[in-house]
Amino acid sequence: MASGDVVEMVWDPVTRIVGSLGIYTKIDFSQGKVVECYSTSSIFRGYSIFMRGKDPRDAHFITSRICGICGDNHCACSCYNQQMAYGIHPPAMGEWIVNLGEAAEYMFDHNIFQENLVGVDYCEKMVSETNPGVLDQANKTAAPHAEEHGYATIGDIMRSLNPLSGEFYREALHVSRYTREMFCLMEGRHVHPSTLYPGGVGTVPTIQLFTDYLTRLMRYLEFMKKVVPIHDDLFDFFYEAIPGYEEVGRRRVLLGCWGSLMDPSVCDFKYENMSTWGDAAYVTPGVVVDGKLVTHDLVKINLGIRILLGSSYYEDWEGDEVFVKNDPLGNPVDVRHPWNQHTKPRPQKRDFQDKYSWTMSPRWFDGKDYLALDTGGGPLARLWPTALAGILNTPYVKSTGHSITIDFPKTATKGPASFEWEIPEWSNALERNRARTYFQAYSAGLALFFVEEALKELRAGHTQTWTPFKVPDEAFSCGFTEAVRGVLSHHMVIRGGKIANYHPYPPTPWNGSVRDVYGTPGPYEDAVQNTPIFEENEPENFKGIDIMRAVRSFDPCLPCGVHMYLGGGSGHGKVVRRMHSPTVLPLER
Amino acid sequence: MAAAARRGRPAPAKEAEAPTVHILWINGGLSCDGDSVALTAATQPSIEEIVLGALPGLPNLAVHWPLIDYECGPQEGADTFIEWFYKGERGEIDPFVLVVEGSIPNEAIKKEGYWCGFGNNFETGQPMTTSEWIDRLAPKALAIVAVGTCATYGGIHAMAGNPTGAMGVPDYLGWGWKSKAGIPIVCIPGCPAHGDNMSETFLYLLYMATGQAPMIPLDEALRPRWLFGATVHEGCDRAGYYEQGDFATEYGSPKCLVKLGCWGPVVKCNVPKRGWINGVGGCPNVGGICIGCTMPGFPDKFMPFMDEPPGAKVSTAASGAYGAVIRGLRSFTMKTTDTEPSWRKPGSELLTGAKKTWA
Repeated sequence: MASGDVVEMVWDPVTRIVGSLGIYTKIDFSQGKVVECYSTSSIFRGYSIFMRGKDPRDAHFITSRICGICGDNHCACSCYNQQMAYGIHPPAMGEWIVNLGEAAEYMFDHNIFQENLVGVDYCEKMVSETNPGVLDQANKTAAPHAEEHGYATIGDIMRSLNPLSGEFYREALHVSRYTREMFCLMEGRHVHPSTLYPGGVGTVPTIQLFTDYLTRLMRYLEFMKKVVPIHDDLFDFFYEAIPGYEEVGRRRVLLGCWGSLMDPSVCDFKYENMSTWGDAAYVTPGVVVDGKLVTHDLVKINLGIRILLGSSYYEDWEGDEVFVKNDPLGNPVDVRHPWNQHTKPRPQKRDFQDKYSWTMSPRWFDGKDYLALDTGGGPLARLWPTALAGILNTPYVKSTGHSITIDFPKTATKGPASFEWEIPEWSNALERNRARTYFQAYSAGLALFFVEEALKELRAGHTQTWTPFKVPDEAFSCGFTEAVRGVLSHHMVIRGGKIANYHPYPPTPWNGSVRDVYGTPGPYEDAVQNTPIFEENEPENFKGIDIMRAVRSFDPCLPCGVHMYLGGGSGHGKVVRRMHSPTVLPLER
Repeated sequence: MAAAARRGRPAPAKEAEAPTVHILWINGGLSCDGDSVALTAATQPSIEEIVLGALPGLPNLAVHWPLIDYECGPQEGADTFIEWFYKGERGEIDPFVLVVEGSIPNEAIKKEGYWCGFGNNFETGQPMTTSEWIDRLAPKALAIVAVGTCATYGGIHAMAGNPTGAMGVPDYLGWGWKSKAGIPIVCIPGCPAHGDNMSETFLYLLYMATGQAPMIPLDEALRPRWLFGATVHEGCDRAGYYEQGDFATEYGSPKCLVKLGCWGPVVKCNVPKRGWINGVGGCPNVGGICIGCTMPGFPDKFMPFMDEPPGAKVSTAASGAYGAVIRGLRSFTMKTTDTEPSWRKPGSELLTGAKKTWA
């Protein structure tokens, strides 16, 4: 790193994620670190605007289209939301089918993202181009779990992740297809479901349906018995081979999880009972700050949500109509809460010193501070509060109060296997990725339990999957779940039988949020700004692999909201140099 | 990713001089990336089979697709993904097929800023809008493929009351647009488009590009005829219940869903016949009402989705009678739903009914 100056570097669009994200940075090559980062999202579609005045029963069909990889999470969340508004809940069989579909989505989506998108950042081809020394070491390092997964060295694992030529890469693509078949068995169509409705599902529950699902699920369990040890070996190796790698993508532990997968024996979707059925969810909701579980009460979580502006292309709604002054329990609802938000787009030039993104700045107010929570890409923020709350207790997946245990039965060629996810020391790139693998196993363990519960219903002759309803003239409601990459909330106000206000908040608006009105950067920005550079390349052939690993660990999904910008430290009295001739970054800041 | 992956493969002599066909995939329209994701599920053929040349007669291929592209370097630096699009504009990669995912917002209804961008315009230091990319690349492209109903006809983001004035690629370039090779815009609708419908059409176009197949047969909405020639109803295994006048009144029933909001009788789509992935899943065949997502009139002409379609009562009441009467009743509805709403077009006015909150 001989350059001795600060270089502005831009990744726009960032590849191997969903959607268009821009990352704009300034990198100090002499100190080997990123000194400034801006993230930006470059699309605006206006769901909250065009949903006004529409039939509330259209909401799940419409909002599914927000996201092309986790649209079904929106669809499910919107159905939860509508169920609260209509005062209904699905029959148990309907809920188990939704849970089976959503569990399949986690199994599919985390798998394809981890192995075919993120995995490429850790493959032999990539490491040979960014850190040849590390690859040499990987080739000489025996894989501790070689017996479980069959790869003798870490280098062999890296080769198996090479795009197309790698055997594990191709196997993961195949797995991504049969897990989507599992999804389609329950929800009809990936990624915009055809069979989900408020009140339940149109899926016909039969022995064949659950057998078709179960056979594929058991193949997935067998696959995961190999995948968990592969990733433990790979990520542990990076800590060992590159001292200080824990700092890549690291930020303060500020995690949010809204809970997912409902227990039909408890969940009636009534707001008044939300604290109870939130706790009964098979992923426990919670906010974790500096390693402590601040709350796992879904009502408190709901009331703490604030939507701030600051660097986004919108006009403020201060002084506009307030739709909801108090929640059904009588608690006051803030004017910056999604129930009361008005979306007023104001397209303008991108200016990194002022407004630079279509993403807003969702924050969680703890009574004192507006916390820029992240989701850790989903799994990290789900496992952490679930482990701490100590509530979850199912046959194959349990919370211990400090960890999560997953027990798999025998599969075709492998005996029973147990895994334990323990709370990590850091919220960083490698731990976000590791949690993803463990959450795949977690979802599979839950799915096995859901199949058993659904079969019990079927054998008892309970085949009703849907509850009829009437749309009320006036209502307001909310739905919470976990989209694959993290927190998802939908808030709706109905007036005159039509949608008067609808605001969905998916994970990427949180993770990819921008500097808010108080100057607090969003999680991508924050995590990249702390990232040291370990890549061995000079600026001229620099790929930015450490930065990309930091960003991709959050599983960015831009249709739901972001772009990133990395810019350099003029404040450090350094010369700011641009790559080649013209650039998009302002030189003086 | 492709060229490199195929380097190790012994090439037949006749292929040695054949140029590489590039695919430039822009997901920067108003989209959800659902079509990209759906393509990863295709198995007939799969993306890896196309890229690795697993089928006979395929040309060398280089796919520049943001979703799974290996390249990840910084702008104007090493190993940069977006550089391929500039190469396309400069005529340095020829031939290339331009794939557009997402609807095209109307950037002319405001003074400044952008509704959507894909990389940067180095002259202005601002995002390069998707329409700007289309303006630059369309004249040089061998063909343009619009994937998903957003790119083909506007789709969800072009519904009544939308603030961006979104439209489909044919609305933007003109329905009569042809590439320099004389090929009309190829539309593969669906929300999202079916994975195999996409991979199969790409395969056809690659054979066409190398002189091995005739001009792709397209219908009046620019859809491949062999994929979109039949209605959902014609391919639905619940049509037998319809014929018997046996209709579901609650979701979860195995009977015909027409009275619950299914538009299958007038919607052109092969999904019930093909299933969604490897024959698994679909729409009315597995209990999901058809909401018309492959149609130019989607979504406006099908909403509210959960109401019985107008006219369904007439034809369901008469479903014992076959032939010309039913077809006549349906052809009227089909024409309406096969036409886009009037506001999806270029120009400086916002015609969707949304109120401007900007200058």
